Amino acid sequence: MGMSCFPVDLHMCLSSKPELKMTLCISSNEHKLNFKKSKEGCLSYIQDALLQKQWKRAAEFLTCYVESLEKDYSREHIGPSEMIWRIGTEILWHHSQSSMKEFNCFMEQMKTLGVKRYLKVCLEHVFHLLCNGQIDEAYQNLSLAESWRFGEQTAIQDKEMKLIQAYRGLLDYCSWSKQKNILLENGEDGFSDLAVEQEMHGYFRKAAVNLKEIIKIPGVWDVFVKCYVDLLEFYGDHNEARQVLNEYAYNSKFPANPNAHVYLYQFLKRQGESKKSLISALKILHDIVPSHELMIDFNTMLQKSKKRKKRRLGLEVIFTGLDYAGWKENAKAWSCLARQVKQIVISEKHLDWIKQEWNSRKDWWPAFHFSHYLAKRNWQENKSLSYEKALVAGILLGKDCKYFKYVSHQGCKAQLKRFRMLKKFVNRHSLVYLRISGVPGLRRAPRIFPGDSWLLCWAQPQAVNPAFPVSCPHGRKCTGKDSKPHKLLLPKHCQGHCHVLMATQTSRGTCQ
Amino acid sequence: MRPRHVCARRESPFTCSDAHESWRLTATIMCSELPVADGKCDDHLLPTRANTKGRDFNERCAQCSEVNWGLTDGGGFYCRSCHYVTERTREVVNTDFITNSRVQTISKGSKKQEKNDGSCEWYICEGFQLVLKKQVEALEALGVCPQMKDEILCNFWRCYLQKSKQAYCKRPAAETVKALSVCESSTDVDSDPERPSLLHLLSLSESEGDLQTDCSFASSLSKVSESTSVYSGSVDGSLYIMKNQKEKLRMTMPMTLSFCYMALLWMREPITLSEFLRFVVEGHIPYLNVFQHFPEKMKLCGLDLKIFCVESWPVYEEVFNKMHELAAFLDLPRFPDITESCFLHPDMLCMKYLMEANLPDELHNWTCRVVKKIGIGEVDFLTLMPGNKSTRKVKYDVLAAAVIVVVLKLLFLLDDHYEWLLSEFAEERNKNNTEGGPYFEFKKWYEVVKHSLDVEQKKLDEERAKYLWRCEKPLFYSVKKKSKVLKRRQMVVNLQNQFGKLSGSVQRAEKPNPSSFQLSWSEENTDGSCFHRHSLKGVLQEKRGLLTAMNPDYWLCTVKLCNEKLCGHLAHYKDVEFPQSYHFVLGLFSFLLRIQPSYIHDEVCMIEHKLFNTKLYKKLKYNRVLRK
Repeated sequence: MGMSCFPVDLHMCLSSKPELKMTLCISSNEHKLNFKKSKEGCLSYIQDALLQKQWKRAAEFLTCYVESLEKDYSREHIGPSEMIWRIGTEILWHHSQSSMKEFNCFMEQMKTLGVKRYLKVCLEHVFHLLCNGQIDEAYQNLSLAESWRFGEQTAIQDKEMKLIQAYRGLLDYCSWSKQKNILLENGEDGFSDLAVEQEMHGYFRKAAVNLKEIIKIPGVWDVFVKCYVDLLEFYGDHNEARQVLNEYAYNSKFPANPNAHVYLYQFLKRQGESKKSLISALKILHDIVPSHELMIDFNTMLQKSKKRKKRRLGLEVIFTGLDYAGWKENAKAWSCLARQVKQIVISEKHLDWIKQEWNSRKDWWPAFHFSHYLAKRNWQENKSLSYEKALVAGILLGKDCKYFKYVSHQGCKAQLKRFRMLKKFVNRHSLVYLRISGVPGLRRAPRIFPGDSWLLCWAQPQAVNPAFPVSCPHGRKCTGKDSKPHKLLLPKHCQGHCHVLMATQTSRGTCQ
Repeated sequence: MRPRHVCARRESPFTCSDAHESWRLTATIMCSELPVADGKCDDHLLPTRANTKGRDFNERCAQCSEVNWGLTDGGGFYCRSCHYVTERTREVVNTDFITNSRVQTISKGSKKQEKNDGSCEWYICEGFQLVLKKQVEALEALGVCPQMKDEILCNFWRCYLQKSKQAYCKRPAAETVKALSVCESSTDVDSDPERPSLLHLLSLSESEGDLQTDCSFASSLSKVSESTSVYSGSVDGSLYIMKNQKEKLRMTMPMTLSFCYMALLWMREPITLSEFLRFVVEGHIPYLNVFQHFPEKMKLCGLDLKIFCVESWPVYEEVFNKMHELAAFLDLPRFPDITESCFLHPDMLCMKYLMEANLPDELHNWTCRVVKKIGIGEVDFLTLMPGNKSTRKVKYDVLAAAVIVVVLKLLFLLDDHYEWLLSEFAEERNKNNTEGGPYFEFKKWYEVVKHSLDVEQKKLDEERAKYLWRCEKPLFYSVKKKSKVLKRRQMVVNLQNQFGKLSGSVQRAEKPNPSSFQLSWSEENTDGSCFHRHSLKGVLQEKRGLLTAMNPDYWLCTVKLCNEKLCGHLAHYKDVEFPQSYHFVLGLFSFLLRIQPSYIHDEVCMIEHKLFNTKLYKKLKYNRVLRK
């Protein structure tokens, strides 16, 4: 398991919920009460209060729970003292009457309570100081924690120590950045302050050493990596920066982290790298987070590519992105899709690409994207979005589709030229709809090749036994097994041309 | 002056004030029935360290003219013939010296009065004696007859000391026990599993005591006895824990409550065991952290913690059973009769519980009828006869609650159907008829009581969760740990202050005054939430000049009772198998008595079987109500 920048997890306190049962137990039948049960019951009251953000009530019960400190000999993963630390922190942070002074006092006590998590408590304290804007105090605390020595405990808490150092590096970076800004401002005025510059380089060295250390350990270090790369880039050490980012993105010991690829991509872009390397960076991001906003850039790049395969991938990328609810109203994405679909339709090449993408979506996209309600809403809120969507809808679902009908009608009524053009375009290419939707057209004319049972099976894909050997109209032997289940059960070598031909009732295609 | 019928003047190191003088075993035996040493006292029947010879004192005794003086620990003289205690003391400046040398050789072993650290030597039984004293004083403050302390409990205690060979005997047990080192089985070691186990106390890591099983406890114990010295602040702490308990009843903290309850029962005080234990939990009677009242000089550490540190509430069954064991162990005679005028008589208790359960007063006629019919109001049934194994021990409070439940079943059936029918009928009548007392409506009663019960139960649950177990005087296992423990304590106090401020609630109010009633229903309230005066007309009918129940049916909780001795229970209660109304009623009394519903259920089964005994034997159908 990798580490993360965030040492404290209150959810751990909240998620250990067997205690809730204990209260029920106490309340109903269990008349024998002892210390442990009483405190367990108390803890579950605290948890309930925390979940309902009743900080006062939580504090009230915590007042009674702290007694369990006096009997904290358990070897459980989270003992009472840790519970008190975590819950107390949470209460003090949210409670309206608590002050930072009180918080500091609490933290100091918690530090003395358990040497086993001393550094964790320090880190948590620093976090809250930072959240409160007390950077100098935070820095002081970090320095103090860094010099903490406690026998073998120091070695055991090695990871936390690394984090402490890393955060100190981060604060050094902040100082560096401040100095840099001063210098840049002054530089504009034509001054240059040598002392400030010296100081800035000092911060750089301190920050770089600590940041470099932490990045070596597998983990999620987004903030550290970003800062470190920024430092390196400023001083022109692009090779080192590239290496760090490559390591962060591609080293398999690190946990999968989309941001690693984002940072790499952004770096490569800044460096003006070739399309090829940019695409390969985004390709991995696409595998991890298909709905990432960079997928639009990815699609744009792929569309422009000369290679068929890449353009094909681009279509897939944009379709996949629009499967996510978060993209529903992303006008940019719709325009990308519209552009690519339009291009394909005009060129009349690769209609099968659209067909393949559309096949798995045709049963849910109409309701998801192209409902009458959405047409109305999109039209009201964002005309250009509705334009792009209408274009896609018109091509995919035909001119009778609700979305297209509503939008084009509204557009013509408003005498918008591009909507009239849209209508014309869709009308002109209305046949495409039949081609890509395939199946209904086929149903209307089921006997294209009389006597060919293979076709009938094809018209009702669910009835096909995948193992059933089928022969394609071109006389080649194939088995249904080869094809994917969600696509029509078409032998692979026929995919992409046969069914289109059949839907249009011509048979011009050939098999290789 | 008390009659000089004294055993010994006992100068204990915990002389707190003169007011407590009488406690120091100078009390007389008023209760002639008590089998404590028969008033005469020879050397061997003296408490552990009270006596010694006073050879230097040659005056004649003012009472019996003998010259046979003994010397108390405090240096005073007492007559060994008639036990008269003189006002004279030994005119020696350094009494410590005396007690340390010659005198002490006669009392138990050689020991020093004071150690370097200002602590003194003390015995476990002395600790318990102090606990008992505190408890009985608290009871006195609650209004118990003052005789109880000096004349009853004191003598019970002395009798116990003698029977268990801790004092008033030729050879105090502690010395003989030294030979017995390893305990043989686990059962005789830990009667009290919720206490921190020995292993827990001894191990540095100090894992949760509760997790220790008896078995591991026993093994750890044998290990302990091998390592010669086990740490304790008292002289005999380690022996105490290890000694074989089979023939002697070893004193435990819950046993102090058994002692008190036994004395209360002997005095026929108007307090039930459930109430007594509730007072303990509410803090009116010292139990938890009672060691904080020990004198400075009495240091508790090591194994003493296991004996005196309590970390759970007392349990009804345990205190009850121990009391009976104790009574038998002490060979006590038959207790004073529980007659109809006693508070513990079912008729009286039923009245109390009917009031508290907000049920009509009229039901009392019915409880009395049931009590009379099955003879549970008989003196012989109710009076405790120690050691008599053939009779069932009476839990007065549970019995009374069970009688009420049975009466409710007789009148309302409580089958989740009939009681609601009756209630509808009563509601109709109440609508049309405003004259006279209203008819009792089960539904209304249920709603009112359920609501209060829920509120109180919630309050109780929160109180339990908020219960503060620790006192200001922390205990520590050893001196080494002292600073750590004190630091922890300080931190707890700090945190309590810090979060107490944030909790917004006012600092814990003074503990409420003890009350026999947990739920109260005032007739003055006009909201109709009090049902005491409601009439049962709707559920009764007149037959041949007698009122009988309309309800012709009855259902038995169980057809066959279990063997209590083998199985531990007369019957077995699972709430899902019984009607909701029945469950509710049991829950209500379970809350009032703070015991599990199943105990009341057991008692209900017992009563039913007595009530329908003949019918059951004749194997008749038992679905007809008994004829009165």
